[in-house]
Amino acid sequence: MENYLQYVADSTVFILEGSVLTIQLYAVTIIFAIPLGIVLALMKISKFNILRYLLSFYTWVFRGTPLLLQLFFTYYGLSIIGISLQPFTAAALTFVINYSAYLTEIYRAGIESIDKGQYEAAKALNMDYVQTMRRIILPQVVRRTIPPTCNEAINLVKDTALVVVIGMGDLLRSAKEIFSRDFAITPFAIAAVIYLLMTTVIVYFFRKLEDKYSIYE
Amino acid sequence: MNNTDQEMKMIQAINITKSFGAHVVLDEVNLEVKKGEVIAIIGPSGSGKSTLLRCFNGLEEIDSGEIIIEGDSFSHKNEKHQKDRIGNKAKREIAKKLGMVFQHFNLFPHMTVLGNVIEAPATVLGLKKADVIKTAEAILDKVGLLDKKNAYPSKISGGQKQRVAIARALGMNPDIMLFDEPTSALDPELIGEVQKVISDLAKEKMTMLIVTHEMRFAGEVADRIIFMDDGKIIEDGKPEQIFNNPEHPRIKTFIDKISGKETE
Repeated sequence: MENYLQYVADSTVFILEGSVLTIQLYAVTIIFAIPLGIVLALMKISKFNILRYLLSFYTWVFRGTPLLLQLFFTYYGLSIIGISLQPFTAAALTFVINYSAYLTEIYRAGIESIDKGQYEAAKALNMDYVQTMRRIILPQVVRRTIPPTCNEAINLVKDTALVVVIGMGDLLRSAKEIFSRDFAITPFAIAAVIYLLMTTVIVYFFRKLEDKYSIYE
Repeated sequence: MNNTDQEMKMIQAINITKSFGAHVVLDEVNLEVKKGEVIAIIGPSGSGKSTLLRCFNGLEEIDSGEIIIEGDSFSHKNEKHQKDRIGNKAKREIAKKLGMVFQHFNLFPHMTVLGNVIEAPATVLGLKKADVIKTAEAILDKVGLLDKKNAYPSKISGGQKQRVAIARALGMNPDIMLFDEPTSALDPELIGEVQKVISDLAKEKMTMLIVTHEMRFAGEVADRIIFMDDGKIIEDGKPEQIFNNPEHPRIKTFIDKISGKETE
């Protein structure tokens, strides 16, 4: 029994070492994809047709093809034409671009759901476009889009596992390595617990955010 | 108030037209509003009352004609699809002179009552926050809502919301107030408190244009009543004249119909 506990502890430490990469990739993606999604959403509802067509093409491609394929493309595909990226750079780039595509659509829908009376009130108070968006529209959009953003944030935790295909050592790969060595189910159970802990933290964080923003409802 | 003040033209609308698609909403409308005047705009739904108001602060763009605010041209076009001769920057500067109150309040739900009132003075005018708050509190006191300053709009009644909306518009210290059916969305028992605030402003000689279906209130508060029908001003006169002696038979029918509704 004691041996088994020792085994679990050692395995957990090893898998947690792999989790560092998972968390790094997660943080980079969230930090860049959310603001990028908001900016692209604003561009997508702008009156510049070319911009709108380009962004429609972008969301069409990145929501319409597997993330795995996109990962292959940035890491292996680009290297063929002479652009060799570090695995982490390739992964982060792919994840940011892919998640921004989904978030762009979420925030676009959020912006369009705001009553036009809010724009009129802001205009009647002499606010310009930037002031109206920053002070009036986007704070309400953020509140309304917390639940779908939370969904994406949870998906991202699990999608990070895809990086094994470009040879990166993440949480799941560490678990798989122990499995290959010992042919035991324990490392997978440990990995599952760590994933669940991460998603629990994320759900908790978004619930707090929702509480904070819901005071005005 | 001296004579020159009284003669000062706050708004001049010269031959303004506006159509939505094939539907002509404003048909060569001419109007002059003097300083301190309170004008009630009445007429059937779809007659162009709200659109007229919304052209005065730029929420709607005119197709042709000219709008002059306090002597400055605010909008000037010869025909639809033509670029306005007045640039956006100049427009924004002139629009500061007008405040607007909407039928559905359009308060900012994510800001407190005080937050709604201080938002534009702080963000747009860039005034010092402490000063802005002081002024805002004085205005809220005037509309009787100082005790609600920390409440969110969702927690107050419709009448209170509309009074906050009035306070919010007054926060920008406008010379002219535009009211677009300010009591139409309110329960009957809440109408009075909003009308009282508007009457108080009339006593302070605020220049006001009020689109309303409340005939009794229009008669009490307005110096002039404008009757609009089908995109045209068909009568413009003192309340007594409009109510008792209208030149146009259409007006009498309309007023009888509305008044009949009111007593129901």
